[in-house]
Amino acid sequence: MSLLEGRTGSWEVVIGIETHAHVISKAKLFSGAATNFGAEPNSQVSTVDAAFPGMLPVLNRFCVEQAVRTGLGLEAEINLVSVFDRKNYFYADLPPGYQISQYTRPIVGKGRVHIVLADGTARDIGITRLHLEQDAGKSLHDQHPTQTYVDLNRAGVGLMEIVSEPDMRSAEEAGAYVRKLRSILRTLGTCDGNMEEGSLRCDCNVSVRRPGEALGTRCEIKNLNSVRFAMQAIDYEARRQIALIENGGKVAQQTMLFDSARGITRPMRSKEQDYDYRYFPDPDLLPLVLQREWVEQLRAALPELPDARQARFMAEYGLGAPESALLAGESASADYFEAVAKGRDGRLAANWVTGDLAGELNRRGVAIEDTPIAAEALGELLDLIADGTLSGRLAKDVFAAMAETGLGARHIVAERGLQQVTDAGAIERAVDLVLAREAEKVTEYRAGREKLFGFFVGQVMKETTGKANPALVNAILRKRLTS
Amino acid sequence: MTALTELSLAAARDGLRRKAFSARELAAAHVKAVEAARPLNAYLAETPERALAMADASDRRIGRGEALPLEGIPLAIKDLFCTEGVATTAGSRILGGFVPPYESTVTANLWRAGAVMLGKVNMDEFAMGSANVTSAYGAVESPWRRRGENRPLVPGGSSGGSAAAVAARAAIAATGTDTGGSIRQPASFCGIVGLKPTYGRCSRWGVVAFASSLDQAGPMTRTVRDAAIMLGAMAGHDPKDSTSAPVPVPDFEPAVERPVKGLRIGIPREYRLDGMPAEIEALWRQGVSWLEAQGATAVEIGLPLTKYALPAYYIIAPAEASSNLARYDGVRFGLRVPCDSIDGMYEQTRAAGFGAEVRRRILIGTYVLSAGYFDAYYLKAQRVRTLIARDFDAAFRSCDAILTPTAPSAAFAIGEKMNDPVAMYLNDVFTVPSSLAGLPAISVPAGLSEDGLPLGLQVIGRAFDEEGMLSVAAALERAAGFAAMPAFLAGSAA
Repeated sequence: MSLLEGRTGSWEVVIGIETHAHVISKAKLFSGAATNFGAEPNSQVSTVDAAFPGMLPVLNRFCVEQAVRTGLGLEAEINLVSVFDRKNYFYADLPPGYQISQYTRPIVGKGRVHIVLADGTARDIGITRLHLEQDAGKSLHDQHPTQTYVDLNRAGVGLMEIVSEPDMRSAEEAGAYVRKLRSILRTLGTCDGNMEEGSLRCDCNVSVRRPGEALGTRCEIKNLNSVRFAMQAIDYEARRQIALIENGGKVAQQTMLFDSARGITRPMRSKEQDYDYRYFPDPDLLPLVLQREWVEQLRAALPELPDARQARFMAEYGLGAPESALLAGESASADYFEAVAKGRDGRLAANWVTGDLAGELNRRGVAIEDTPIAAEALGELLDLIADGTLSGRLAKDVFAAMAETGLGARHIVAERGLQQVTDAGAIERAVDLVLAREAEKVTEYRAGREKLFGFFVGQVMKETTGKANPALVNAILRKRLTS
Repeated sequence: MTALTELSLAAARDGLRRKAFSARELAAAHVKAVEAARPLNAYLAETPERALAMADASDRRIGRGEALPLEGIPLAIKDLFCTEGVATTAGSRILGGFVPPYESTVTANLWRAGAVMLGKVNMDEFAMGSANVTSAYGAVESPWRRRGENRPLVPGGSSGGSAAAVAARAAIAATGTDTGGSIRQPASFCGIVGLKPTYGRCSRWGVVAFASSLDQAGPMTRTVRDAAIMLGAMAGHDPKDSTSAPVPVPDFEPAVERPVKGLRIGIPREYRLDGMPAEIEALWRQGVSWLEAQGATAVEIGLPLTKYALPAYYIIAPAEASSNLARYDGVRFGLRVPCDSIDGMYEQTRAAGFGAEVRRRILIGTYVLSAGYFDAYYLKAQRVRTLIARDFDAAFRSCDAILTPTAPSAAFAIGEKMNDPVAMYLNDVFTVPSSLAGLPAISVPAGLSEDGLPLGLQVIGRAFDEEGMLSVAAALERAAGFAAMPAFLAGSAA
């Protein structure tokens, strides 16, 4: 159990996350308008989205399919009957004065997400529900000194709100949950998961308690748009609450915003949260009734999900649990790994992807989608190792050059003359040279100082500027020294 | 020859096909009548050029032998239907200046059937009212007068402009909408036929919403046959309205010839209200004998939850309205009262844009949906609604149609009942239960009150059995032989 230490003892952090995921669909949830990101303001708005008089919503069947597929991917119950409700509130970017959502009867019920932490610990995070709802438009407050502009392109875009149980106990678990959820969504093709574009946003509910005690009062941190910010915000908020309680204060249930520039959470103005939403069933829409056979057809057609992929990585490529979890956790890294590993030594591929490549990406601060070394290029490097052209040591040099130049492995090997020397004659000559030069040490070795063997290997490698095949060097040295 | 404005829809249709007169002549006579009807304040917008152009197109089709079902028929359109390029106000200041860029499905269906648009007619603001006095554009006056009296009377509401225009011969027929009686009650007050179809029969797309689960468009005509013909053109499944029913539309007209012999007519004992005027009671009994004389059997039925219908309706309808009317916020269309904060703009725009009755219903609706009150009001009202629908289901096991009065009184004077909203709401006591159950119902003019005002009888049918309902309505119409004329006839000026 991961605990935070306060001044007066240990505290347990309890986290539940609500995720808003834009449904991948060409049209909006209840209108035929397009949903492309970054289009000209108000260029993707129908009279339904703008809530003109007499306009009526018509449910987009594809969005329903996407929600059901997501529910299946979360191993969740699919509710064959669900109901759309109106959530009423006034805002300029909410044209009808209500958001169509699902309140009491969501389309998806209880499910779970399996997470694996860096130390290999695995847990299931419960999913409470998933429901479909509309996104609002965007208010632009910085376009005019006294007026607000409204862009309705996003108004009516389908969202899946995915609510977790309060099952997470650390920022790390929360981060792993969001990453895993994103990976499932991306694998299913139901949400692109681009948090910086707002396609995926998180609200984190955070409370603290003494281990074993009842749940504390929670605060909700709204609209976190990166995994890193979510983790930072949770950490800050948990420590804020602990300090507050330890100083004799009480946590007030409130909605917080995360100031990413300062790394702190602060309360929203109370006006922004004191709504009575007056939920009631939308009389423009009939209850949504799904056929079980249709759901089963969707289930049968699901792609391989991250957990299944991890299991396959272990079976097919002989990987261990932690590294397979690491690789399968994100579809981009899993795809990358598979492209490298296909037809090659899987464990070697995994070592390179989780080791050198991950290090390089980390150093650059980029995601695997923006890797400077394409999977094909890394595969080529592995081929050169396999056919003996490169030693492991040389391969690392070639890798560094690939990262630096973006060129292919063969190209670099050829250009820099980095091929391994496998010519036994050349190695024998180098060995003889070294042994002749270090005659004193040869005598010591033969007298029993066997540790010196490594020294000789090093000298031979130096003599061949590192290009000698290490296995051959070993074999020839051993033969010469024992003869 | 009868004045063209005196013709029923069926007679006008037949005359046009026989080429006894042209669609242009028919339209021109009605355009004149529309002008002559101005004292009634029935029309909010007159569209004479459009009417004549549409009539010319009708004449061309008639000439080619391609006459459509409503070819050349001049209609008044309730101002709740969005009409492309023609201002649509819903009787409210808040939609001032709003010109829809689209045509409602029902009106589009009518134009596709060859009908001609005379203009948009007045109504209670957002269809909230039973007297057509809540319109931001002034009350509509009924063309009727009490015998020996010249006090202006209400035409009923909310489709008061439609009823007044049709009764005064300033349109052959009109569209109406009915949420709790807004077609049937004004039809009864104005001595015409008003038909509210089964919920889902006509598309709500492009009709300004009042209470979405109750709103239904329907025809207002001078004969039952005309209502049958016009309903056929209005109805049909519309994929743009998720609550529109995917059921085929029959040819309703033959149903008016169908005998009622052998039909069981349900008479709900709960509709006998304490203090109901004797003449209403008498007319109702008269209606029963008319049907019995044509071979139908009257059966007493029980609709025990009737007394809860009005309270449930006045929770559900305002609840939906409070949400449906949230879009009138001054941001995108219609009236905007500028202010330096968004909340201020909302408050001032809505305060200036909505009349007292609309504000009252928004407040009621907001209240019944509020946290802490939702279960006690809205949820309970929905349960009552379900039980009322079950009452009707049970009743229809022992009868084929139900006969009731349409309204508990004849038309009252403008100014009467105005300060007592509950007294006003009681106008809907006979019409609301079938609205809550989504059933088709029709009001047929059946007689006159002691002081010479029209009284209607209501026939309620099984869901999607408008044909059965029409056959009973036509039998009443034949027996009643209602021929009384209103005091004001715009058409006679033509």
